[in-house]
Amino acid sequence: MPRWDVLLAIGAGGALGSLARYGLSVAIPHARGEFAVATLLTNALGCLLIGVLMAVLTTTARPHHLLRPFLGVGILGGFTTFSTFVTDTLDAATTGRLVGSLAYVAASLLLCLTAVAAGLAATRMLRKGRPE
Amino acid sequence: MVLVALGGAAGSILRYLTDRKIQQWRDSPFPFGTLTVNIAGSFILGFLSGWLLHGAEPSSVRALVAVGFCGGLTTFSTFGYETVRLFLEKTRLYAVLNVVATVLAGLTSGALGLLLATGVFP
Repeated sequence: MPRWDVLLAIGAGGALGSLARYGLSVAIPHARGEFAVATLLTNALGCLLIGVLMAVLTTTARPHHLLRPFLGVGILGGFTTFSTFVTDTLDAATTGRLVGSLAYVAASLLLCLTAVAAGLAATRMLRKGRPE
Repeated sequence: MVLVALGGAAGSILRYLTDRKIQQWRDSPFPFGTLTVNIAGSFILGFLSGWLLHGAEPSSVRALVAVGFCGGLTTFSTFGYETVRLFLEKTRLYAVLNVVATVLAGLTSGALGLLLATGVFP
């Protein structure tokens, strides 16, 4: 059975991350089927930050045991979303924007995977030479 | 706002527990856990989006389940990190497979949820 403090950290982080995602979606609204800028931004930013976080955690000698549950699983997991990416894509496809939906999938994948790799690489470079 | 936070907390905890169970059960470098929650969350959100299109989805359900729970259950950041890690650990075929499987299965389950809603809410 997982520890209760880990679950609590994940729950608190998930609540905060979800609220931040909701805030961004209200700040940058889009009509059904239109390019979902807010979701794309959310996912790209979350991917950049998970790259940074994992690079920090894997180059730190003994990171606090709640850091990954709270920041990674909770905040960034709650902030980013795959389900909205799917429904945004289906909305675009079913409202006659098939090319747009394919472009959205391609842009999301390219941007998010690049963001993870960039976050990882940049953080590792900055932390090079630090004692572990 | 409170409903989004509650749903997000519940979804995130369930994502963690599901991932743990699946990784224990299927000891594999392939991220089956994340794939599972992303497929499940896409199906639920597809169904709810269909409900929304057919009129009467309550705004409390939208906030609690669609925005909060489904958003918290599914994740793009972990999917991205696991894919990049597979790629860097020289299991590049797994990385490509993960992207293809996640996108295709996610879109298919989302579409099935949407179709189911069309049947349930005429």
